[in-house]
Amino acid sequence: MSLGRRAFLAGLVLGGSATERLLGARQRDPGAKESPRATERLLGARRSAAAAQQAPLPGQGEAGTLRDPVSAGRSQPRATHRDNDPFVTGVEKRLHCTCGCTLDIYTCRTTDFTCTYSPALHREVLALEDEGKSADEIVAAFVDKYGEKILMAPKPEGFNIAGYVVPGLVVLLVGAVMFAVLRRRTRMLEVAGEAPPVGMPPLPGGAGAATTATTAELERLERELKELDQ
Amino acid sequence: MTLLGQFALWTALLIGLWAAVVGFSGRWHGRPELAASVTRAVYTLFAVLVVAALSLWRGLISHDFNIEYVSSYTSRNLPGYYIVSAFWAGQKGSLLFWAIVLSMFAALAQWLTPARYRTLMPYVAAVTSAVTVFFLSVMLFSGHGNPFERLPFTPADGNGLNPQLQNIGMVIHPPMLYLGYISITIPFAFAIAALLSRRVDTGWIQAIRRWTIMSWLFLSIGITLGMWWAYVELGWGGYWAWDPVENASLLPWLTMSAFLHSVMIQEKRGMLKRWNMSLIIGSFLLSIFGTFITRSGVIASVHSFTQSNVGYFFLGFLLTAAILSFTLLYTRWDRLEADVRLESMMSREAAFLFNNLLFVGIAFSVLWGTLFPILSEAVRGTKIAVGPPFFNKVNVPLGLLLLALTGIGPLIAWRKASTANLKRQFVAPVVTGLLVLAALAASGMRNPWALVALGLGGFVVGTLAQEFIRGTRARHRMYEESLPLAFARLVARNRRRYGGYIVHAGMVIYFAAFAGYAFKTEMEATLKPGDSVTLRSPYGHTYQFTHLGVSQYEQLNRVVTQASVQVTKDGKAMGVVNSEKRQHFSEPAPGVRQKSFEPSTEVGIRSNLQEDLYIVFAGSVEGTEEAVYRFTINPLVLWVWIGGVVLITGGLITMWPGGVMAGVPRQKQAGYEVQLAGAGAER
Repeated sequence: MSLGRRAFLAGLVLGGSATERLLGARQRDPGAKESPRATERLLGARRSAAAAQQAPLPGQGEAGTLRDPVSAGRSQPRATHRDNDPFVTGVEKRLHCTCGCTLDIYTCRTTDFTCTYSPALHREVLALEDEGKSADEIVAAFVDKYGEKILMAPKPEGFNIAGYVVPGLVVLLVGAVMFAVLRRRTRMLEVAGEAPPVGMPPLPGGAGAATTATTAELERLERELKELDQ
Repeated sequence: MTLLGQFALWTALLIGLWAAVVGFSGRWHGRPELAASVTRAVYTLFAVLVVAALSLWRGLISHDFNIEYVSSYTSRNLPGYYIVSAFWAGQKGSLLFWAIVLSMFAALAQWLTPARYRTLMPYVAAVTSAVTVFFLSVMLFSGHGNPFERLPFTPADGNGLNPQLQNIGMVIHPPMLYLGYISITIPFAFAIAALLSRRVDTGWIQAIRRWTIMSWLFLSIGITLGMWWAYVELGWGGYWAWDPVENASLLPWLTMSAFLHSVMIQEKRGMLKRWNMSLIIGSFLLSIFGTFITRSGVIASVHSFTQSNVGYFFLGFLLTAAILSFTLLYTRWDRLEADVRLESMMSREAAFLFNNLLFVGIAFSVLWGTLFPILSEAVRGTKIAVGPPFFNKVNVPLGLLLLALTGIGPLIAWRKASTANLKRQFVAPVVTGLLVLAALAASGMRNPWALVALGLGGFVVGTLAQEFIRGTRARHRMYEESLPLAFARLVARNRRRYGGYIVHAGMVIYFAAFAGYAFKTEMEATLKPGDSVTLRSPYGHTYQFTHLGVSQYEQLNRVVTQASVQVTKDGKAMGVVNSEKRQHFSEPAPGVRQKSFEPSTEVGIRSNLQEDLYIVFAGSVEGTEEAVYRFTINPLVLWVWIGGVVLITGGLITMWPGGVMAGVPRQKQAGYEVQLAGAGAER
């Protein structure tokens, strides 16, 4: 009878949920030993409690009623296998929720549980799927109904192509110009044989001028080169 | 206290105007007494704004609900630390926060900047004061910015703070981001001062070095904390949604990152002066642009403050600042010519140039995507949305190129690299990258973007490891130090270089973690107590989730509905994970409760190095214990936060005072304190 006592006390202290957990854990554990009489008594107690109260407390019955359901948010519909269907979720991830958020339908309906738009849009997707439409056809039907803003990313056609292409094109173009200009400049310097500072005339004798440097100057140059390498 | 606060704002406005006008004119006319007055004005401005801030905090803490701001963002039962953070939760408070932090940075800049830059300081004071005056003007003249505005009546209780802001991440994340945005004003002020005073050599760059790193660091911390907050609080299972306001925070971060690289070329070679000046001006303008986006309502964003005419103020300021700054830059264009020219395409300078191209290219791409809906509507008259699929398509290739350059840059010598040198440098990193690629392909990974990202990550890790190993070995040989000591001193003696490498390591970790996001797995399920579902993770583990039940209790200022799930991994118990619905309430009178806001969701997260279990209690079915859940397995998310910590550690090492590099700049600051006559004088 220890189980019954524990369940009863826990129920008093922690509320019905704990009782259900203890009972549930025991019932779900295939290895747990429990006499048929004890089980019968427990189930009988639960039945009588349910009879005494129309709306059972949490932990009582298969899924007891919450004390304050409003605080738990809007009642949720039961998830079905279609809610997890990769086809459905894939389509929904291409479509924008119309509630004013910046999320796609799937993310919004599985995140913002106060949103009433995304569940409705989800039902529309399911209805279109039921009509045998392909993913692209469903998306097209949404665009027809809600306009292009329903898409999470604009279709790459017409002016929208600019949206996709311009950033990469700018980087490529600037990169190519940079490369061409720099290569021309570096080649010019290579032809000249050295890289004089801007505004300073090249040393007489070109590269050979280095041989005229003193030992102290060479040491200083060496130091500065090391510093540059840091 | 509101009277005192109002008085402080008006006084600050007058002092700021004085500092801005006299700072420019005093320095322009060479009047040292006016320059000294401006410095004192900057300190006074800060002190006066402290009074304004304390007045608002006093109102918040004392529940003075007659103050509209206090009534809008707090309630009697709001926990104390959220009352403190409510200071920056709303538009009006955040404007005051911006003004006070800017005045603090301005005072610190005046106080800490070495005397050799004193010729710049009146202009610096004038610019920082002018920007502060702008924020004060928005507060006082926009009609939607004064945090001390009173209501015609006193409500019994306030509205309370938005539940999603009642998270420790939101206590820290906004101020960090603000600190990043605001501190960019100091380098900008120095840039304008250098242009105005025609002292455009490398001196001003040295003066702002720590400010730029600090600004970048705050932006990095702010962005990382923002990602963390979005992940743990918003419940959508991700950390980056390419929301316009997220993008707005990324823009100055990208341009500042470009600057931190290109400034090295100016310091070492005297090149890219015009470019660096443009980057600093651009970064400042982008920080204002971010604020404009958040406050104008011009682009739909989950982050936006209430729409008001404040956006017009920001737009006007943005355009004015852009026109004045770039006009000034244009007038000094000839003075900003490079000292030397690029010697070879096979040099670190060239690699840095292309790295800058990519940083700025990505910034442009993000800006382009953010503004494209407006552009499209203007051109075609059709509204469109630009979401994550667009940004990923456009930015991922550029990001991967940038990652490649992160590994290439350190391998190429300054000035000119020989072929033999290149071979010697590249072998080990390339082999590392290829090995990583082969190992991942062999383990069955087929996602091409993830493979490229992780392969490049391996290449960069190879580069970094080679740099650290060679440096440590060299010290070990030269100074006969033990390897750990040699390693520690290697980093300590050249903090900028090796701190930078640690930042690169942080970026590699980020990229690897982002690649993991491609393998996210999720499902929805409705479970009665005792029911279970299983979900297979990308690593092949089988998780079983058993719904234990739903309990309700009261805590602080909310009713908590908690759903509990028993989790097993491959049959092994991992414990119970709870996810909650929180219904907040206010108490206008003792025993009287008023529900405030819609119930919010608290995610249950169980993290390890491989993957995160992310459990969301969507709600109950018809008010029973039957619960609807979303179960998500997010690979490598913990590494995003680890990457952030590594990146920030690297940044801190880079800006920590001391090290060998600290002595170097003095030789290069010619023209600020002492006009060096020649090489002899340098010694």
